[in-house]
Amino acid sequence: MLELAIKGSKRYYGWAALLLGIAGVGFLVYLKQLDFGLGITGLSRDVSWGFYIANFTFLVGVAAGGVMVVLPYYLHDYKAYGKVTILGEFLAIASVVMCITFILVDLGQPMRVLNVLLYPTPNSVLFWDTVVLNGYLFLNLIIGWNVLEAERQGVHYQSWLKPLIYISIPWAVSIHTVTAYLYCGLPGRGFWLTAILAPRFLSSAFASGPALLILLCLVIRRVSNFDPGWKQIQSLAVTVAYAICINVFFLLCEVFVAFYSQIPEHMDHLKYLFVGLHGHGAYVPWMWASMTLMVIGIILLVNPVTRKNEGTLMVACLCVFFGCWIDKGMGMISGGFVPNPLHEVNEYIPTLLEGLITIGVYALGFFVLSILFKIAVSVKEEVRA
Amino acid sequence: MDTSRRHVLQLLGLSAAALAAPPVLDALAAGPPAAESKIGPAKGALTAKQWAMVIDTRKFKSEADVRPLVEACHSIHNVPHWDEKRWEIKWLWSTKYESAFSGTASGRFGPEALEDRPFLVLCNQCENPPCVRACPTRATWKREDGIVMMDFHRCIGCRFCMAACPFGARSFNYRDPRPAIKQTNKLFPTRMKGVVEKCSFCAERLAEGKKPACVEAAGGKLAFGDLFDAESEVRKLIRENYTIRRKINLGTEPAVYYIV
Repeated sequence: MLELAIKGSKRYYGWAALLLGIAGVGFLVYLKQLDFGLGITGLSRDVSWGFYIANFTFLVGVAAGGVMVVLPYYLHDYKAYGKVTILGEFLAIASVVMCITFILVDLGQPMRVLNVLLYPTPNSVLFWDTVVLNGYLFLNLIIGWNVLEAERQGVHYQSWLKPLIYISIPWAVSIHTVTAYLYCGLPGRGFWLTAILAPRFLSSAFASGPALLILLCLVIRRVSNFDPGWKQIQSLAVTVAYAICINVFFLLCEVFVAFYSQIPEHMDHLKYLFVGLHGHGAYVPWMWASMTLMVIGIILLVNPVTRKNEGTLMVACLCVFFGCWIDKGMGMISGGFVPNPLHEVNEYIPTLLEGLITIGVYALGFFVLSILFKIAVSVKEEVRA
Repeated sequence: MDTSRRHVLQLLGLSAAALAAPPVLDALAAGPPAAESKIGPAKGALTAKQWAMVIDTRKFKSEADVRPLVEACHSIHNVPHWDEKRWEIKWLWSTKYESAFSGTASGRFGPEALEDRPFLVLCNQCENPPCVRACPTRATWKREDGIVMMDFHRCIGCRFCMAACPFGARSFNYRDPRPAIKQTNKLFPTRMKGVVEKCSFCAERLAEGKKPACVEAAGGKLAFGDLFDAESEVRKLIRENYTIRRKINLGTEPAVYYIV
């Protein structure tokens, strides 16, 4: 099927070249980082994880979100999703590729990354994160590719895929659970030290992943002859509506526990993010923007009139996606490091260079996504013809 | 088509076997293992079950009392000095009472004496270290004598240990530290960019029978010894004085005690 990736229109080639160009710029800046060290970022002794890890965390969610089409289709035999399941799986692959790249660019000594396999350490959550992320990547590659190939041949997919498909469902939950465990098992980081972190990660994942999938489906409808289907998009929209409501509910649970208990170690991180602490508040406008976006998303998705209108649905999905991105991709990580263990406030502001590397990684991911979606859409067009 | 694919697969399989064979043959060819070499502390090395430190904060009046200790530590360990705060590397430093004991300090109306006193902070060499739990490559581990050790050459620079440490004891080399070292001590390794470092209770000096550099420079303001030896100096001080430790509610069991 790979040949379908190189048989495309001028527009497709232009788009792929643009993405590769942006990724190339990111790579050049990364060479600079490799030479100078992570000192080109805004990271510090106090805030030792930043934009890279934040985007990694967010994208693990997008990858896990793919299960929201896989589960109804394979477990509940919800036939309508037959048209979009492959898109969910391929989105998961592209997201995991970005996750792994973000981890690599965040390492101080990337050449030593195989030490993780050379000295496997079961007590480290990072070791398990490596295992589940790579496992999820391969599961989706094997399942997505073979099911699509079978569809192209007009036959039922191989029976040995069935157990892998069933495994991939809890596996999707596992990738985001383990990612949450990276943070919530650390003593002395009050913002993360909460049992609801993994559920919260999952709820935002099941909102932002399918929201992106809806947007991608809407794009595919316009640029190709394959229609993922309005019914499918509407079902996904209901999923997003539930998930974003639950996500905001979980966040409010956090706020209640922190502020009713009045324990400074839990309160001060939220204060820093939403109102500023000791005169520092770089994230305050962002966090309120995030809340506003999520609330607008809820209003537009819960109301059936706006959910069923393509224009407002698109706005709603953009709101949910970027609302979750700010909440998880910016606030969640730096919020946990400020104030520091000595209760001092040292802020983290990403630099332009790390921003460029981040954009480069996204471009690489969207390049992979475009190739995979091109293949999937071409097969669908072929089968329909 | 099919035959050629099979042929390629066969070739691949053979190549893999050829690659895998030498190590197996090497293992078979090697003679019986040499008589087990004895690995252990050198003659004259200081040993303990859990090294611990007692800091008598009453004897530290101002920054002038702290500076020689920090200087001794940072100079022998080739700790770089950066003016840019983000790149700062600290093994041993001093802070205010309420920062060192954030969350448990006596608060607004505490004793004035404590407010002015510099509090030395360093890696606590926890008995139950969260950083060791977090490290994905065992580049940081707990030694038999209780020291939480770092292997600068295995560290991949993921900084999970820095997130895990509730005391902010760890530093990361955001750039090559060597140009920022005033005078290199050839007896201790310099680090490279991209790895984490921290205090190791001068494990390299203990191996030579010497106490940590800061203890030596402190002239009796710091005590050092085995926490599990009832006769040790540290146990005597802990027995006879009221001591506190940082964030004991987290269960990491810090091995640095403060007399206040």
